[in-house]
Amino acid sequence: MKYTAITSAAVVAAAMWIAGGTVGGAHAATLDDVKSAGELKCGINTGLPGFAFTDDKGNWIGFDVAYCRALAAAVLGNPDKVKYVNLTGKNRFPALASGEIDVLSRNTTWTFSRDVDLGFTFVGVSYYDGQGFLGRTALGIKSAKELDGASVCIQTGTTTELNLADFFRANNMKYEPVPIETNEEARKAYVAERCDVYTTDASGLAATKTTFPDADNHMVFPEIISKEPLGPLVRQGDDRWADVARWTLNVLINAEELGLTQANVAKMAIKGKNPEINRMLGSEGSLGEKLGLSNTWAVDIIKAGGNYSEIFERYLGKNTALGLARGQNALYKDGGILYAPPIR
Amino acid sequence: MTDQAFHRQQAELLPQQPAPATTVGIVGWARTNLFSSWSNSVVTLIAIYILWLVISSFVQWAFIDADVSGTDRFACTSDGACWAWIDQRIQQFLYGFYPAGETWRINIAFVLLFPALAPWMFENVPGARYLRWFSIAYPVIATILLAGGLGLTVVTTDKFGGFMLNLTVGLAGIVLSLPFGIILALGRQSRLPVIRILSIVFIESVRGVPLITLLFVSNIILPIFLPPDVALDSVVRVIVMVTAFASAYMAEVIRGGLQAIPNGQYEAAQAMGLSYWKSMRLIILPQALKISIPGVVNTFIGLFKDTTLVIIIGLFDILGIANAMVSNPDWLGLSSETYVVVALFFFIVCFSMSRYSVHLERKLDTTKR
Repeated sequence: MKYTAITSAAVVAAAMWIAGGTVGGAHAATLDDVKSAGELKCGINTGLPGFAFTDDKGNWIGFDVAYCRALAAAVLGNPDKVKYVNLTGKNRFPALASGEIDVLSRNTTWTFSRDVDLGFTFVGVSYYDGQGFLGRTALGIKSAKELDGASVCIQTGTTTELNLADFFRANNMKYEPVPIETNEEARKAYVAERCDVYTTDASGLAATKTTFPDADNHMVFPEIISKEPLGPLVRQGDDRWADVARWTLNVLINAEELGLTQANVAKMAIKGKNPEINRMLGSEGSLGEKLGLSNTWAVDIIKAGGNYSEIFERYLGKNTALGLARGQNALYKDGGILYAPPIR
Repeated sequence: MTDQAFHRQQAELLPQQPAPATTVGIVGWARTNLFSSWSNSVVTLIAIYILWLVISSFVQWAFIDADVSGTDRFACTSDGACWAWIDQRIQQFLYGFYPAGETWRINIAFVLLFPALAPWMFENVPGARYLRWFSIAYPVIATILLAGGLGLTVVTTDKFGGFMLNLTVGLAGIVLSLPFGIILALGRQSRLPVIRILSIVFIESVRGVPLITLLFVSNIILPIFLPPDVALDSVVRVIVMVTAFASAYMAEVIRGGLQAIPNGQYEAAQAMGLSYWKSMRLIILPQALKISIPGVVNTFIGLFKDTTLVIIIGLFDILGIANAMVSNPDWLGLSSETYVVVALFFFIVCFSMSRYSVHLERKLDTTKR
């Protein structure tokens, strides 16, 4: 999920260097490339509950996939014109650097080094996640701060591992790590009681918990020990494309705030009384054209999969098997921290 | 001396008696193999107990306690395995993301595979002469069937997936890597320095890196060097890399066979006035390949299992499909069930290869026993 492997950075650096040396800025105009190709190449996970997974027909769906569809709708007017490139934690950054994909929407944490060292531009935060702990209620503890001496199942090679070490050191506690290669194996190890608690992102813990037949005997501790702002990213140096990607995300969030939904957007696109909606949906002014898109770009985005809340509820929310609450990901006016700049 | 019989003569042969019950049949077999001594009996009993523990709990899990129907994992209420997904997802496990209306093309390509392989694998196949021509045309036929063209809807290779992808990549790799391996092995022993050095450089450099690295390079680094509009198909890239990788190993296996042939054979071939290629074709290679069979099949099996690595470049073979499926919230946590099914598919193919190799070794065995 959040591999910090040095090799990954090295490959990206090599890819950037070679790209710079040979094709020199061939990717500078991604927007034009996408338009002329007629399809958006979007990097997604190889499979992550709620974020990217396949339905019975073999179509990719999920929270991260919905962003790809929204972006394709904005640029090409058709959310189906996406070529999904499935990427592992190791090859996602080289794929973006080499131009194999136009945008990466793969639950990637926005960190300083990825933004600065690896040379990418994060266009915003689509999901605020954080690392938590899952444990058995039989342990008789209510807080992660009581975990002194516990054995912890953890996925190796991710920032999760570093966060864990930081947390226990800061609270002056000891722990015994049980390092495991993949999330699924870590889940199994926890079920087999090889460790007292299992740690990963809170969204992942919630997903894991639903797989237990005795879910009531397990609890996610209230402490969230790290900041994991997940969001889409593009290559640095193509500001126009970054703008398109950024404002696509902002349209989704603003649409929820303004009450625009997949069902009512066609009706709202007719010029009404609210100037904010008129500007966004293109019945007033020409904001879409300034981005290099059609003036109905926002209508297309919302038609593709609805606003942020609709997407969230469809793939992650209360009525899905994951059953995640909005929490931090609620709008700022509903007590969350989701806040998009105005479209004007 | 009279010709008196030294020993009593029997006018007729004694009627044949059946062997004692304790030495024949299951009892006899068990006595000689399982309970021949006190310590042997103890080991046998312990082994039976362990097998019983494992098998009974597996059967309990996989069959007795299992749920077989439903549309998501919540329909599986018992403690055992949850096979409900098979009904919904077997299509994806076999064909990947191939359009549902077109999967008959994969089935036909699969059925045609048998007449294409038969004349090379077995003797006394009726019409073998014509079938050989058919098998030479088979790669073209299969490519058209799978990828489209000639009136069939074009299916891009990123839709390939599931076990069909494993078979496609595995078979292409197997069929291509044997001839390339032979050529490289001969090249490595060549007296012409350029050919020899090129072969050695290829073999050592390919064998010196992991297959994952090769796939990674083909997918990420290669496009950077190529002009932007040249888009190499990713399945073709995989086949090329898998073939290159297996060829290098194959070359070394066959070189082992070549070196086991006594020098006299080479000299005899020369003394007969045979050219290099003739002596190789008629004298050396038939013997060398026969010796190499176990190693060659070993490489084939390794290659076939390596096809699961295609996930690294975003292709979904049967294992990748299994992982993608268990990411669906409706099917979360079913990894044991899916891995068992995937293992079964691989076991069938790999075990068949291994049995065929045993059959071939027996058939070609010319040593006196």
